[in-house]
Order: sequence, then C-alpha cells, then structure tokens
Amino acid sequence: MSRQLTATLRVARGAAGEAPRHDSFEVPFEDGASVLDALVWIRGHVDCSLAFRYSCINANACKECMVRVDGKVGYACTERLQSGVMTIEPLANKTLIRDLVTDIVPPKERLTAKRDGD
Amino acid sequence: MARFSTDVLIVGAGGAGMYAAISAARAGADALLLDKSLIGRGGATIMAQMTVAAAVGHQEPDHWTHHLRDTLEAGHRLCNEELAAILCEQAPARILEMDGWKTGWARHGGRMSQVMAPGHETARCCYVDFLNTGPAVSRALRGEVARCDGITRASGLAVIELLVRDGRAVGAVALDVESGAAVVIDAGAVILATGGLTRLYARNSASLNMGGDAFALALGAGAELIDMEFVQFFPIGHLAPRLVGMDPIMWDPFRYKLGGKLLNGDFEEFLHNYGASDSGTYTARRDVASYAILKEVEAGRGSPHGGVWLSFEHVPAAELKAAFGPVIGRLAENGIDLTKGGIEVSPIAHYHMGGIRVDAEMRTRVPGLFAAGEAVGGANGANRLSGNAIPEAFVFGERAGRFAAAEGLRLGRGDAADAADAATRALDAARAQCRPGRTHGGGALALMGELQDLMWRQVGLVRSHDGLTGALARIREMQRRDLAGLDIPDDAPFNQALVDWFDLRAGLVAAEAVALSALNRTESRGAHQREDMPEASPEMERNQTVALQGGRMVTGWAKVPRIDYSLREKTAAVL
Repeated sequence: MSRQLTATLRVARGAAGEAPRHDSFEVPFEDGASVLDALVWIRGHVDCSLAFRYSCINANACKECMVRVDGKVGYACTERLQSGVMTIEPLANKTLIRDLVTDIVPPKERLTAKRDGD
Repeated sequence: MARFSTDVLIVGAGGAGMYAAISAARAGADALLLDKSLIGRGGATIMAQMTVAAAVGHQEPDHWTHHLRDTLEAGHRLCNEELAAILCEQAPARILEMDGWKTGWARHGGRMSQVMAPGHETARCCYVDFLNTGPAVSRALRGEVARCDGITRASGLAVIELLVRDGRAVGAVALDVESGAAVVIDAGAVILATGGLTRLYARNSASLNMGGDAFALALGAGAELIDMEFVQFFPIGHLAPRLVGMDPIMWDPFRYKLGGKLLNGDFEEFLHNYGASDSGTYTARRDVASYAILKEVEAGRGSPHGGVWLSFEHVPAAELKAAFGPVIGRLAENGIDLTKGGIEVSPIAHYHMGGIRVDAEMRTRVPGLFAAGEAVGGANGANRLSGNAIPEAFVFGERAGRFAAAEGLRLGRGDAADAADAATRALDAARAQCRPGRTHGGGALALMGELQDLMWRQVGLVRSHDGLTGALARIREMQRRDLAGLDIPDDAPFNQALVDWFDLRAGLVAAEAVALSALNRTESRGAHQREDMPEASPEMERNQTVALQGGRMVTGWAKVPRIDYSLREKTAAVL
C-alpha cells in the first residue's frame, strides 16, 4: 500500500519585471505522485492564484507542463515527487509570463499580435 | 476592447475542431480556430491511444452497414440512427484522408492494421503504434491546419458567452487567458467543438478543458441538449499503483490483444456472473463490465484500492514484450512488471454520449450555431461502441465545417452594435468578485473538487432517486449561492483562477443537465443504471431533451430518429 509522505515545494512566483521570489508549500503525497499532482493540489487547496500550464493531466500527451525541477528541465507530469525540498521554476529560455507560465505559444497561434491593426 | 471577425468561428481545437476548420477553409470560408489551451494539445483526441473504428476492410471484408449495426446494438435503442449512419458511412473516407495527411496508421504489408474491439463483429479498429493514436492524429491535423491559408489559429482564448442577435448566433465573447481582457469575435457561423464533460467526475480520463463548456454555451444561446444522462464509464481505468505519463485507459488494447484477465479481490474471474461471457474473448460491453466491477467492490470482493485486478501473468514474457513494445519501459518507470503481478483497475468517466442536439448537417435549432465531435449528442445512444469517438470527431467535424461555411458565407458576419457592452457584462460576472491580496485558498477549483466528488458519488455509475435529488439540490445551491461568493485573486497576467471560475460556472450548468436528466429517466438502460429501477422500460425508449426557458432548465421527450437500412455484403479493400 502507498505511504503518506510530505514534500516541500519551493515555487518561483511573480510576473516578468517583478522581483523574483519563492513561496514554499507543504504538500502531502503518496508514492509515485508527480510534481504536477502537487501543483494541482496547491491550486485547489492552498493558493489558486498559482499559475502554471497543463492540459492533459499526467498523461504526458499535451506537453504543456514543462518546467525546471531542481534546475533540470522536465515535464511536471512525469517528474516524481520526493520527500524533502524541491524547487520548481519556469523555463529559463522562454519569456516569463507569471509564476511557472512562460510564453510557449507558437507565434502563429497568437491573435493578440494582430490586435491593434485589426 | 479587441475585436475580430470571421466567417466561421470554431470553439475548441481538438480533433473535431481542427477537422471543422480544415473543412470550412476548404469550402472557401475564413475560419478562426480558438482554444482555451494550445491548438491541438488539449481536449480528448490527443489522449486517445486506441482505437479508431472504420469499415475500410483492410484486414477482413467489411461494410459500413455492419459497423452501423454494431453501433446501434451498443446504443440500447436510443441512437439517433441518422447520425449513427452518417458516422459509420463516412468514417472510412475520413480515415483515408487522414492517411494522406501522414497520420501513420499502423500497417501490415501495405494494408492498414485493424484489430477487434469489444462490441465489433469484425477486426475494424485502426490505430497508430504504440499507444500513439491520439498524439499522431493530433499532429497530422495540426499540420494540415497550418497548411490551410483560410485558417487563423488562436491559443489561450476561453469563450465565455455566445452572441445571439434576433435568434441567430453571430459570434462570441472570449476571455484572453493571458491578459484577462475580453475579446469579441463577430462570425457568420459558430461551431462548438469543446468535447464532453467527463472532467466533472472525480475519476476521469479527461483533459483539464473537458468540463462541459459546449453544453452551457449551447443552452445559453437557445439550443437544446439531448440524452444528457448517458455518461460512459470506461471499465478498466488504471487505479493502482500510481501511473504517470500514460493515459489511464491504456490497458484496453493490451487486454484485447493478449487476453488480460479481470479478477476480483479473491483472484477469481467474475464477469460471467453478470451475463457477460468474457474470458479470453474480451467481448463484454463497457456498460456491463463497469457495472460488474462496481458490484464486486460493493460485495467486498474488490482489490486493495477498491477496484479489481487486471492480470497478464499467464502471458509469456516474450509475448508481452512484443505487444507492449517501448511501453514496457514506461511501465517499468512506474514500478510495474506485468510478469510479476496484476495491476488494479476500476471504472473511470470516459465519454459523454449526450450532448448538443443537431440535425444531419450538425445544425442546432439556433440559426448559425453548429456542433461537432463529442459535444454532439445522439449518435451513440445509451452506450458508445468502442472506437467510435475519434471517427465521430472527424466525420462530424468535417460536416460541421462544410455546412457552417455555407451558412456563414450566406448570412454574412455578425456585427452586433452592442458587442462591447455584451463583452463587459460577460466579464463583469466574475470581475466583481476579484479581490486583491495573496491568500485565496482553493477558490473555484476547490468547489470544482466538491462537484467532482458529488457527481462521482451520486450522479455516477449507479444512481438512485434520492442520490440524484440531493445532488441536484446541491448543484443548484452552488450555482445560486456559492459561485457568487467565491473570491477570485486579482492577478495578471495569466489569471488562471479567473478561468477556473468560468469553468466552474459552465460545469455546474452541465452537471445540472446530467443530474436532472438522470432523475427523469426512471429505468436502467446502457450507461444509465438506477439502483431503484434496475430494468429497462419500453416506455422510456425515447430521447430526453434539455433546454433553458426563462433561465430555468426544462426537459422534454422526443421520438428516437430511426432509419431503414439493410446489411450489405462485406467487401475487402482493393489496394
């Protein structure tokens, strides 16, 4: 049977141009849970203002949830939670939007670019 | 306020939405393809791992009328037979067209591989190896969308209201997820293609954006829904040990291919006790298998996590390796070794048979408003045949795009004079609740969690009058009281909590439609099982409709659309 464990997630917060900070969250989890599980748990239980992208929920199909876990790039849905402290940050090579959300939208899928001239 | 215009607005960019956009562009219309998330990344299509039913006859002789017979049989006499016939007749053309867009259907010696799946009498289901059908299909459609000049793509726009003027759909108000601003889109015609509502259940195989948006938008615009009580529970959704990086319904093709055994907590086969012959043949229909698993667990014969065992232990390791291919490695990363023991499975909300009521051209009763894909109700009756969801996305998407293009070009683009006011009003519904500060708790997402638990317990696999009545009361209380009391953090950019609030608002409307319809259907049929009324009633061989009247949800009954058809001779594809 699964054991009940606790992880501490240090999550990068803030929008582009703001002073970067990290918020810490204590997250209960069972063996095998993913970083995405923890982020979803934080939004639903502690702080719904935390921003990150995902769509397919742990199937690794949508490929939207890429972040840095302890400095290493990976999908939040396949990175496993571990007891102790884990640091979750946005991709470093993409423009930051807010918290863990970066600009990964393909340029041709942006309606906003044409907005003023429309 | 940003404002755009298009001939055809397509809401939702999964398989149905992308196909609709391609088809609308092909018919000479400008198409604007929106998604809350990224184009061709969210929704159900990309999650599909197997199987795509189409009578192409590449492995065994086949004819679409036989596919139709199997579809109608699975649907417990509630299928809209006209829609079901369109689905089966046109599926082969769509599969072959997708082949031309380099989907990469699995092949054997030049012929497309087709396998058996439960409820089919013939090896009819195409796929892409290994467990890659959905991603491959999505990639092919994204590529074709990109090649169509007539299509404009827009990621990160959540449609929160349709614009209706003089009884006609003329566009939509969307929330720009990144900026938090309202965007107005004037359109000649609108296609709703945001999929089903399985996210409203605690255990589901859905993407985040499958929370019933299309149903709330359609009702709000004056369209009808049909058969909302029929939610399909996939019998062997993964339960334990924790599996990440895989679709929870991944076991199906392997169970078929290898004859995986379903065993209860006492390690005994049990499906035969529920009228299904199954061992080694895997022919039990989804509704029967789900029901049997639930009853075993109820009787205290479940597995440790409250499901049953799926075991491949009787299959030689070499055979496992050949069938699972690289998937064996991904299972190992999850600590699963199929030669050493079973895994636990249990039913999981998977698909919605009900949906928006449309005619054969995918039109709702609101001029200018169309639907496509899982958002459409009727074709699959009370229980969907396995393999029919993806062809439905393609076939209905292609039709919706084609007919909406003609309609949009004929009627001309909307230009509602009061669009700016409408946009402000639509957004203010939530904006008034935005609060500064940093402590917000779970907000709308927490309430969504409660709704998911409620739907799972009381509007799920086995229902009763009391459970449904209680659920309906709580859903309406959430709508009228709790929703308006939620604090929304006043963040920007990318205020996901604001999207959560609109998701919840739509989800509650969809949930109310399911609970109300389930309460009215006083019988058990297909995916709708009533503990207090275990038999099917001949008098209830009717479709149930849902509409809004003066802001209230009202239901009605309609005759099942039937067609005359005869089985035609099966033929093999000539290559």
